[in-house]
Amino acid sequence: MMRIECPWCGGRDETEFHYGGEAHIARPPDPDALSDEAWADYLFMRANPKGVHAERWMHAQGCRRWFNLLRHTVSHDIVAVYPMGAPRPEAPETAR
Amino acid sequence: MARYSIFSLARNALTGHRDWPKLWRAPEPRPAYEVVIVGGGGHGLATAYYLAKEHGVTDVAVVERGWLAGGNIARNTTIIRSNYLWDESAAIYEHGLKLWEGLSRELNFNVMLRQRGVLNLAHTEHDVRESIRRVNANRLNGVDAEWVDAEGVKAFCPPISISPKVRYPVLGATLQRRGGVARHDAVAWGYARGADARGVDILQHCEVTGIRRVAGRVTGVETSRGFIGAKKVALVAAGHSSMLAEMAGLRLPVESHPLQAMVSEPLKPVLDCVVMSNAVHVYISQSDKGELVLGAGIDAFNSYGQRGGLHVLEDQLAALMQLFPSFSRARLLRSWGGIVDVCPDASPIVSKTPVEGLYINCGWGTGGFKATPSSGWTFAHTIARDEPHPLNAPFALDRFTSGALIDEHGAAAVAH
Ligand SMILES: Cc1cc2nc3c(=O)[nH]c(=O)nc-3n(C[C@H](O)[C@H](O)[C@H](O)COP(=O)(O)OP(=O)(O)OC[C@H]3O[C@@H](n4cnc5c(N)ncnc54)[C@H](O)[C@@H]3O)c2cc1C
Ligand SMILES: [Zn+2]
Repeated sequence: MMRIECPWCGGRDETEFHYGGEAHIARPPDPDALSDEAWADYLFMRANPKGVHAERWMHAQGCRRWFNLLRHTVSHDIVAVYPMGAPRPEAPETAR
Repeated sequence: MARYSIFSLARNALTGHRDWPKLWRAPEPRPAYEVVIVGGGGHGLATAYYLAKEHGVTDVAVVERGWLAGGNIARNTTIIRSNYLWDESAAIYEHGLKLWEGLSRELNFNVMLRQRGVLNLAHTEHDVRESIRRVNANRLNGVDAEWVDAEGVKAFCPPISISPKVRYPVLGATLQRRGGVARHDAVAWGYARGADARGVDILQHCEVTGIRRVAGRVTGVETSRGFIGAKKVALVAAGHSSMLAEMAGLRLPVESHPLQAMVSEPLKPVLDCVVMSNAVHVYISQSDKGELVLGAGIDAFNSYGQRGGLHVLEDQLAALMQLFPSFSRARLLRSWGGIVDVCPDASPIVSKTPVEGLYINCGWGTGGFKATPSSGWTFAHTIARDEPHPLNAPFALDRFTSGALIDEHGAAAVAH
């Protein structure tokens, strides 16, 4: 089980959190103008990297607030925690 | 290929079983092949076998980064059934089940298929309605299916508890009598032996690191053992599908998750059917060796780590204790994880791609073992003819653009 650092409540067990998938997927500003391919990309296509992944988590059994993580998908090491809306930080060299 | 028979068994007994021929060769990669299949799991090996057997395409290599059948094919809980809800799924999984029924003979290799019946339990009124709907849908599609009430479940599976006093009582189940389990390794080895005998090169410890393209057409793969040219490249890499697609500039609607399973110490025969429950989420059967084989759910997050969280296993065991209180004293021997490739509609992709000469077979997620024969059979057709078979045409990559999804979440008890 992972230990996740909630930016507001501190470190808690993974079971207190809800996973929200890939971060930084922006809602299309003008949905009517979107092609079918662009819709498919927005709705279904995912990065799914083997390495550092930017992802959303929610502290479901705590403050119930959303935030972003950079996490390595093999070691499961969490290398950055940052607020929703903030740009993706650089992952440390050692995590790549 | 030396055929196995009672006579070969007797003959080899005389020499102390030391002279059995190797099941497949360990060839050096040739500079180029007509078809390179990436991924030596069950689906990749089955694809190679049917390419050679059904389409006469034998200039084929299966390229595997690890050892043959070390991925999900060797890590799954081996449940086989075809009672999926939608017509498209029923067709492809039922085709698979029919192939399973003749597979040991076809491959001259005992895959130990045991059609002992699969129960999918219903625990709520909603479950009951969905289950009966699925039974009716299955029957319309020629898939054997029965609805049994709680008493019927108890009669079919005596060790189960149907006490009404628990949080999720057993209200009934769907029963597919032709469903069951098989020996996972044997399936992979049988297909590998059959493919090798027809001239397919199986290249182990050979990792694909790039996919070479010229003017939108595939020309071969970069590997840890050098460049291998190919007119056609077929990706069948299960949990690593996104990584391979990315090498060809494609994005997939697939996410990789850990999925775990575990076995108990060997017990005397206590359970002669397969029991699955979506609501409390556990599935169980007993292996020939006597171990209780238990499957878990996926960990929610993306991972390539081939391991999952302990709390997921604990949840499965809690569910098991409700269904089979008498198993509480069985000791667990080991647990392990695989990486499963999950699609948003919980249905696979067996498809051509926008890159000419590149084909992809993935997204089987938590339930592709049962489809090993039909996955390989339809994929081989797609590669050989450069067009899908009617069975896999609905499972095209472009369904995510057209919107023609095949939503098998929940409705088809799709855990496995
Ligand atoms: C715990 C668990 C339980 C399951 N239970 C069931 C069940 O009860 N019933 C059911 O129907 N299904 C079940 N499944 C799902 C089933 O195992 C999979 O859907 C199926 O095995 C996937 O196809 P495969 O056999 O070809 O995959 P794999 O055996 O994983 O084959 C993919 C291969 O690709 C190779 N590869 C990856 N990247 C590269 C590269 N770059 N170069 C070369 N090779 C590469 C891998 O090393 C691997 O050997 C379960 C899965 C798990 C993990
Ligand atoms: Zn919090």
